[in-house]
Amino acid sequence: MITAYTNARILDPASKFDDTGTLLVNDKRIETYGTDVSIPDGAIIVNCAGRILCPGFIDMRAHAVDADAALAGGVTTIILQPDQTTMIETDAVVERIRHRSVNAEIVTVYPMGVATQGMQGEQIAEIGQMKASGAVAFTDCSKPVANSQVMRRLLEYAKHFDALIVQYAQDKDLGSNGVAHEGETALRLGLSGIPAVAEAMQIERDAKLAQLTGGRVHFALISSREGVEAIKTAKAAGINVSCSTAAHYLHLNDNALEGYRTFAKVLPPLRSEEDRLALVKALADGTIDTLVSDHAPKSEDVKRLPFAQAAAGAVGFETMLALALAQVHAGKVSMNTLLKSLTITPAKLLGLDTGTLTSGAYADIVIFDPNKPWRIKADELISSAKNTPFDTLPVQGQVWRTIVDGKTVFQQGS
Amino acid sequence: MNTDLTEQTSYPRADVDPPSGSLFPHKHLLGTWALDPTAIKHLLDVADGYVEQNRQAIKTKRICAGLTQINLFFENSTRTLMSFEIAGKRLGLDTISMATGSSSIKKGETLLDTASTLNAMHPDVLIVRHGDSGAVKLLSEKMDCAVINAGDGRSEHPTQALLDALTIRRRKGSIHGQTIVISGDVTHSRVARSNIYLLNAMGARVRVVAPPTLLPKDIGHLGVEVFHDMKQGLEGADVVMMLRLQQERMQGAFLPSMREYFHFWGLTREKLQAADKDVLVMHPGPMNRGVEIASDVADDFDRSAIQEQVEMGVAVRMACIDVLTRNLREEAGS
Repeated sequence: MITAYTNARILDPASKFDDTGTLLVNDKRIETYGTDVSIPDGAIIVNCAGRILCPGFIDMRAHAVDADAALAGGVTTIILQPDQTTMIETDAVVERIRHRSVNAEIVTVYPMGVATQGMQGEQIAEIGQMKASGAVAFTDCSKPVANSQVMRRLLEYAKHFDALIVQYAQDKDLGSNGVAHEGETALRLGLSGIPAVAEAMQIERDAKLAQLTGGRVHFALISSREGVEAIKTAKAAGINVSCSTAAHYLHLNDNALEGYRTFAKVLPPLRSEEDRLALVKALADGTIDTLVSDHAPKSEDVKRLPFAQAAAGAVGFETMLALALAQVHAGKVSMNTLLKSLTITPAKLLGLDTGTLTSGAYADIVIFDPNKPWRIKADELISSAKNTPFDTLPVQGQVWRTIVDGKTVFQQGS
Repeated sequence: MNTDLTEQTSYPRADVDPPSGSLFPHKHLLGTWALDPTAIKHLLDVADGYVEQNRQAIKTKRICAGLTQINLFFENSTRTLMSFEIAGKRLGLDTISMATGSSSIKKGETLLDTASTLNAMHPDVLIVRHGDSGAVKLLSEKMDCAVINAGDGRSEHPTQALLDALTIRRRKGSIHGQTIVISGDVTHSRVARSNIYLLNAMGARVRVVAPPTLLPKDIGHLGVEVFHDMKQGLEGADVVMMLRLQQERMQGAFLPSMREYFHFWGLTREKLQAADKDVLVMHPGPMNRGVEIASDVADDFDRSAIQEQVEMGVAVRMACIDVLTRNLREEAGS
């Protein structure tokens, strides 16, 4: 069974292909694509009407599977964080998640395992066995591995298994008890702050350790200008570091906290406008490698609390693309750079064979209209919870079809 | 602050008043951040009247008879709670006080559930103190009645700022143009924040003086002059407001010791010589004598307004309850 996606702007960041053409899918796999592809007899023809067709997105940081929401946002591969009800800290848990992913889920799910036992930051977790069972990286999620000795050994040990260590970039002490960016907004609202240098300090230390050990480290959720600069310095020195940021950091600054809006409470915190602009620039110039959703569904029960007590996190699967496209429409980030950060770059970092449209690859594809205007409405989200700081925000760009293993699993409208 | 928004300046009503003509167009009193000079002046004017009433033998005029006031205190307090309770009683409200020890918060009820429960009892004024910044605002979103913030986290304590303003206005004649020093733990102080907003709105020159560990990095953004040296900060000051230093801040984390703090930042007669000769000394209480303030300064009858602040506290709180329930009483036709 062959399906032909015609009249699409095919964008494959892995091969830098960007032209209008046709892509053929044979059963589960991509057959070929190009400007001059002949459509075999009997093929199902899907006219993409000029929409962008690219590899399905790989979301390197999500706290829940929420499959339908992911597909609606064009995410075909979810990298699940270890902070689940049953913490991902043994090969058995990893196997169970992979088994479910292969047999029961529509989306592809790869777990990250914990980096240290119980995320306590003291003893190295069973990285080798978890990796063998399908864990793609190791992290203590929203806790930095604070002890330098532990971090050093972790990087050394992980190197042997070619395992990626993902660090939450925040100095443990400097940011302790903080709930907001240390700045004027937090001062006025009376919220305890986390200074931006807390991020840079952690990055600088871990970059030195990566240099010492020859290991590689990825920083989750860069939020500040200082953090960007620290990454830039480390990369210029040839150290094996990489980093992500989440779409909401590109779109909001700490003014969003005004009136104690707990739906804008995320960690690391939304920072100043200067920081936001630095992040956009860093995504454009490649300092930031990957874009993530940091999808974290939280019920109203844990959100509608006094700010300091409220849970941190926002849902992100369905809004990630539209928020990021705002930077493309503004001329700040190129379409190719954006899609690269969502496809081939995370695939390479994690050692996955997806994220491309190469002939023979699994047909995980997203087709989206980059210009379609719509309005984010919290109560219309598919996500298991509706905690978005973007309720009522008008945006541009929407997923039209999401295809996993050659099958259309999400379709917007007709 | 060059804008000449003093309490003496009068503007045509149409310029300063909303169409309703209300001088205090707010449903709740959550902070001084959102108050304009007209609203502040109005509260102070009303409070002035209550100062006189409170000095009479018969202090209670039951203008709010039939209304219910609930004092909900999630944080320990003696003086503020009593002050609100007396204020309510002198206006004739039925006042009920609830402290955390007896509330279901201890049993795990959320703040919003507590709010719904209280709301169902139809209070007319709710006075709330809570340990978390923003908690009172959150609670007010669920309440139909007027809510007065009696202190939330390190965010705001508006009635304290209003009573301080009333004290200054009565002693100095005006707030506009006064050089007012706030000294102590500004980082953790809701009193400091509320005072900074209010005093700036009324055209005072505000300074903060404290060791750097007790001042937020960006405090200058709030429109204050920042000093770390006490004598420099006190130079020519008309008013000095001392803040209470919490015991837990004195033991190493923020300050090396009580002794050292007093040596450099404690308010003594000697340091006070740098200030204006008619300087007014204030403290929101309770005082740590020999830590932030020397006893002889605190008890100096000519300079210290500390007892007066307590007196103004009752009058200001009566004014707040009165003003916030006016619409309600007009509707009821009384």
